[in-house]
Order: sequence, then C-alpha cells, then structure tokens
Amino acid sequence: MATQVDSAAASEGDAFREEVRQFLAENFPAELKGKNNALASVEGPTEESDAQRQWREAMGARGWGTPTWPKEYGGGGLTKPQARILDQEMAKIGAFNPIGGMGVMMFGPTLLEYGSEEQKKEHIPPICRGEIRWCQGYSEPNAGSDLANLQTMAEDKGEHYLVNGQKTWTSGGQWADKCFCLVRTDRSDKHKGISFLLIDMDTPGVEVRPITMISGASPFCETFFTDVKVPKENLVGEEGNGWTIGKRLLQHERTNLSGGGSMARLMGASIADVAKHYVGTDADGRIDDPVLRDRIADFEIRWNSFLLTARRAVEESKAQGGVSEISSVLKKLGTKLGQERAEMAIEIMGLQGLGWEGEGFTDKELAGVRGWLFGKATTIYGGSTEIQNNIIAKRVLGMLDHQ
Amino acid sequence: MAILNEEQEMLRDMARDWASKESPVTEWRKVRAGGQPEAFSRDAYSAMADMGWTGVIIPEEHGGSDFGWLSAGLVIEELGKTLTASPLIANTVAASAIILGGSEEQKAAWLPKLASGEAIATLAIDESARHNPAAIETSAAGGKVSGTKAFVHEAHSADLFVVAAKDGLYLVENGQGVSLSSRKLVDLRSHAEVSFDDAPAQKLEGGGDDLLEQVLDRARILTACEMLGMAQAVFDTTLDYLKQRVQFNQVLATFQSLQHRMADLFGDLAQMRSAVEGGLQALDSGFGVARAATIAKAEANRVLHAISREGLQLHGGIGMTDEYDIGFYLKRARVLEASWGSTPWLRGRFAGISGY
Ligand SMILES: Cc1cc2nc3c(=O)[nH]c(=O)nc-3n(C[C@H](O)[C@H](O)[C@H](O)COP(=O)(O)OP(=O)(O)OC[C@H]3O[C@@H](n4cnc5c(N)ncnc54)[C@H](O)[C@@H]3O)c2cc1C
Repeated sequence: MATQVDSAAASEGDAFREEVRQFLAENFPAELKGKNNALASVEGPTEESDAQRQWREAMGARGWGTPTWPKEYGGGGLTKPQARILDQEMAKIGAFNPIGGMGVMMFGPTLLEYGSEEQKKEHIPPICRGEIRWCQGYSEPNAGSDLANLQTMAEDKGEHYLVNGQKTWTSGGQWADKCFCLVRTDRSDKHKGISFLLIDMDTPGVEVRPITMISGASPFCETFFTDVKVPKENLVGEEGNGWTIGKRLLQHERTNLSGGGSMARLMGASIADVAKHYVGTDADGRIDDPVLRDRIADFEIRWNSFLLTARRAVEESKAQGGVSEISSVLKKLGTKLGQERAEMAIEIMGLQGLGWEGEGFTDKELAGVRGWLFGKATTIYGGSTEIQNNIIAKRVLGMLDHQ
Repeated sequence: MAILNEEQEMLRDMARDWASKESPVTEWRKVRAGGQPEAFSRDAYSAMADMGWTGVIIPEEHGGSDFGWLSAGLVIEELGKTLTASPLIANTVAASAIILGGSEEQKAAWLPKLASGEAIATLAIDESARHNPAAIETSAAGGKVSGTKAFVHEAHSADLFVVAAKDGLYLVENGQGVSLSSRKLVDLRSHAEVSFDDAPAQKLEGGGDDLLEQVLDRARILTACEMLGMAQAVFDTTLDYLKQRVQFNQVLATFQSLQHRMADLFGDLAQMRSAVEGGLQALDSGFGVARAATIAKAEANRVLHAISREGLQLHGGIGMTDEYDIGFYLKRARVLEASWGSTPWLRGRFAGISGY
C-alpha cells in the first residue's frame, strides 16, 4: 500500500517536475543565470532590467514566487514537495525566485491568517506578483526589544484613524509603497492597547529620513507620522489585537531570517571553497593548512546540523499548523552561524578580505565585506538573540523570573 | 595596570587629556570626510611631535627622549581609545629598526628627523594579504631592491620604508623606483601596495640574524597597545550605554544576563591589559621579547575581537549606524587583527617558541 502511494506521488512529482522544466525553459531569461543579487536586499533595490521584469512577471503570473500560497489570492497553490521541486529545478539552472521582500516573508502569511476577505483580496495578489513593496513599522526610539512600549498613536476619528508618532530602523522605508504598523489605540493597557494598521507610505504626513549603516548603505529609515489619516478598513483584526498579530508576524520573520532565509543567501560560496581559493590545496586536494581544515569541518558539521534542525522544525510546525516558538531557536542558531562564517571568511582572506572599495579587490570580495558588516544586524533585528533566549527560557522551558 | 613612574604617569595623563580634548572620534570623522589617502591630520601629528611622542623610544643623542617602550605604549593606548589616526606606530617601529640595525651614519641621518616628526617612516614587510615573514621574495643587489609589498600601513605619508628583502632589512627612501597603489580597507586608514623597482637601498647591517623578527615583535606589541585602547573604549562606551538605555521599564544594566556578559568581558580585558603590558616590559628589559610579543598580540586579537563584536551587539540597532562610533572600532579591529600575525599564525609561533 505504502509503495503504491509513494509511486503515485513520485509519478505525480515527475509530471510536475516536467512542467517546471518546461516553464523554466520558456521563461527564465538566460542572461539572469546565477544573477540573484543577495545584496539587493541589503543595499536597496536597483533599476529593474527588461529581463528581470519579464522573469518577475512570468513567475508572478503563475504564483510561483509564493508557491504554497492559495491560488485564489494569486499564490501558486503548490504542495510543499512541489515547492521543493520548483526550488531544485531553479537551482539546477541558476534560476532564482525573483519575488521576495517583507510582503512575502512576513506580512503575506500573517494577513492570510488574520486579514478579512477584502484585505486578502486587495493586498495578497500584488505581493504574489512582486508589485508592491512593504515595510515594517514596529520599532521606535524607545521601543526596541521592549516593542510593546510603542507610543505611535492612532486616534479614532470616526471615519479614519489619525496617526502621530515616530518609527525607526524602518528597513526599506524610503522605497516602500506600504507599511504594516503597530500603533497604539489605547494608552491604558500596554499590550491590549496595540493595533495592527496598514499605512500607505504616500499618505500626506508620512516622512522618511534614511540612516546610513556601518556597511555604508542606507537601507533603513526613521519614519515620522504627523496627522496621517488612515482609513478604518486598514485595521487588521480587531482593535487591540495588534500584539497577537504582530507577534505572529515576528515568528514568520524569524523563520525566514534563519533557515533558508537571508543569512543563507548572504553566505554564498562554501567556506571551504573560500579557503581553497585563498590558502590553496595540497596534492590531494586538501586545504593547505590542517588547523584551518579542522575548523572548517567543525563549522560545516554544525552548519549542516543546523540545516537539518531548520528542516525538522519546518516539518513539525507544518504538522502542528504553523510557525511557533521554535522559530526563536532557529533564528538564534542560524544568525550566529552566519556571523561566525563571515568572520571566518575574513580571517582566511587576511587583509584581502577587508576591502572597502576601489582598486585591488574583486566585486565579490567587496560584497563579502559589506555582507559581513550588514550581517551584524541579524542578531539584533527580528528580536535580538538575547530576546530569543528570553523567549526560549521563559516560554519554551518555563524558567520564570523569580518574584 | 603596570606600576608607572612619575614621568610615565605624566605622559599618560597628557596623552589622555590631549586625545579626549583635541582628538576625539569626531576628529577621525573629519579626516574620513577629507578623503585624503594618507588619512590623518598633519596638524595632529605635528602636535604629537611637539609633545615629544614621536621620539619616545629614540635615544637622546638622536633627538628623542629615550623614555622606553612602556611609555610609548601608554601614549598609543590613549590614542587608540579615540581612534586617532596617525603614523605614530609605524614611525616608532621603523625607527626601532634603525636603532637596532642601523650604522651610526644611518642613525644620524634618520633618527633626528623621525623624532622631530620632520620625516615619517614605515615598515614594508609582507608580500601577501596574510602575515607571513617567512615568505619574502623581495631581492637586493648592488644597493638596489626589487619586490612588491602588500598592504603597507601608512604608506602614503612615508618618506622612508624599512623593507624586508631575502637577505635582511633595507632603508629605501620614497622616490626613485618606488610606486604606490592605494588599497582602501574598511578602516579607511592609509594602506597601499608598494612596488620597489631597483629602488636605491641601504642595508641595515647590524642587529643580528633575527633583526626582522625583533622589529616585527615591536610592531606586534605596539599594535596590541592600540588594540588595548580600542577595547577599553568599546567596553567603557558599552557599559555606559547599558547603564542609560531603558527597556522594559528598567535600565539594561539591571538584566543579569547582560551583567554576566560584561563581567566576562571585564575579565578578558584584564588579561589583555596584562598581556600587552607584559610585551612592553619585555621590550624595556630586553628579555623574552618574542614570547611576550606573541602573547600580547594573540590576546589582543582574541579580546578585541570579542569586545568589538559584543559591544556592537549590546548597543542594538544604534550600533549598526554610521552616526554612532562603535562600528569604526569593529572595522579597525579586524584590520589590526590581521596585521603582523593572525591568531592562528601567532598560536603556531607560540608553540614553536615554546618547543612543542
Ligand atoms: C539593520 C536593521 C534593520 C531593522 N529593520 C527594522 C524594520 O524594518 N522594522 C522595524 O520595526 N524594526 C527594524 N529594526 C529594529 C530592530 O528590530 C531593533 O533594533 C531590535 O528590536 C532591538 O531594539 P533596539 O535597537 O532598540 O535595542 P535595545 O532593545 O535597546 O537592546 C540593546 C541590547 O540590549 C539587549 N536587551 C534588551 N532587552 C534585554 C533583556 N530583557 N534581556 C537581555 N538583553 C536585553 C538587546 O538584545 C541588545 O543587545 C531593524 C534593526 C536593524 C539593525
């Protein structure tokens, strides 16, 4: 019986694989091969070429940029195994998913769970087509780790909310079309006074000021709201339900930031290849420095067991119906490994691995340095490592503060 | 903290005062904005020379004060705290090469100028991106040297290079046969690939077979002093920040997990200080320099690496901004960690020196 099911699934898989191959052959522009610019997510968007637009539109039309999202809202409606086949086939030919950003990583899944039918119909399809950029308006100058301390106020004016306050570290705020925001609708209760509100970035009264980061780019902003009128229908869920919705979104963010997410993309080539290139190999192909070889193996073993953990967690959380607090474990582990790898790469390359700009460095070397610096943020945003540890200790392990 | 004599205390206090008043990190921002390849303020360097800091290890007969290495290290530590950019380390170490290996004529020709700040000297040793003094290809023949040096510190301002060739160290004046190609590293200080093409050179004949290692040990120890100042500054800044920043209705400093992190770093910093001072004292006594230098630089690498990383993390988002200073320390830290011996290289050397 089991074998029958398996082989049925396998032949279905084969048919689907064939479909994917054909789609890729017809639609993936050869000139984009291997050109997935991981740094774009860090340094900001660049001008879209014709080929890039064509590829985004083709994937968007199929819904394959958001492969497992429901078809009725523009997603691909694929099963997990099918989505995996899509990934595999793309990887084989150097293709990549051109549709991403915060809409895909965190806002979409959250809206699918908590949004009204009208909201899903309005906001999900453009995300699937990669047409709308979203940014995250959570943090404020005095509400970082203590996010619930946020003070940006949304006053009920009958027809609309009137929003006043300041957000900070808004990634991509200067390029975003829309912002999902946590705002305060009630001052009397820290958590229950928070609501989840969608704000158009071109509404009068919204202003952004880009902030330069240590990596030299300015990918985030201070965002100011002055008497911004936001239609009532932009409230997601009930008034006062923002903390629950906002936290769920963070779980999606954390899952994405660790496992198959930005860290892995930023990492690029294997550390062993970096060492082979910069240190060299002996006659048997071994890295020409036994100590380094040992350290790389140590790292790679831990990295692989992390990937296995990420996969297991995804499978288990699927079985339990969604992301969970295990996302905190993944986020903490994945980001730490990513940073460790970046530091090791620099050490292996010596001063060649510390170029800032100009003569004497390859583009890849320079991108690696910016990636190393930007990577320092991964243990800070999305809830810092210390906050993940608090969540794990308190909520997972039940180690409560003594009173 | 080493026991200082009165002279040394005065020197340290003067350096601390000057660095904090005349050369805070905002001065480095000005230098950075200026975008000059030599990447330091000539005015600041003249002021240092006027205070005698360029001549601290140079004998009195050649225009220095001969205060010794501990004194030099104290000044450099203070300058490291505020990321004061200058060729002071490069110049001091290059001067020491002449003191150790130079003839009377060479000393008379160069030391007074290096002591007064009229001329600047630097080392040109490594030929690849990773420190490896065993792999030198630069050759010397008939009073001329040829070869290419990678990532020479403070190359843009150098009037004189102390160049390692296969058979020893040479003095090469910037000029005929010398060409520079800038290498902009993350610290945005002066670094360049320097090519010598039949450049007129004078050998440093004295100092013994291990002159190069003696000079490099001085570079390791003084670099470790700069790193100590940086580590102390990052630690202090972070501690202050944790005592001010409120989240969850309490200052961050009241969270036990952070208290323990800072306590760990405090222990590391104490070890780093002892290791660095041990290096300086070894230089002043002339005893056990290679071993002490290896310990000093290895501990400096380890501790500054940890403190620069933790300091940034504990600041949260603000630490990631260019407006805040802590990123400068991180960037400079990695450049210094890689210079004159990475941690694995130093470990190998330590094992070798220790006979295992
Ligand atoms: C590159 C980057 C992009 C970002 N993008 C966005 C964005 O798009 N939208 C958005 O809303 N926000 C964004 N953030 C903000 C990010 O979520 C916050 O920086 C983060 O939540 C930490 O808050 P904070 O910066 O105020 O640090 P703080 O909360 O002040 O924390 C400082 C340090 O104290 C530690 N700490 C705090 N509380 C505790 C505790 N209870 N126990 C132990 N340690 C503690 C922290 O872990 C950290 O190390 C971004 C940040 C960065 C760096």
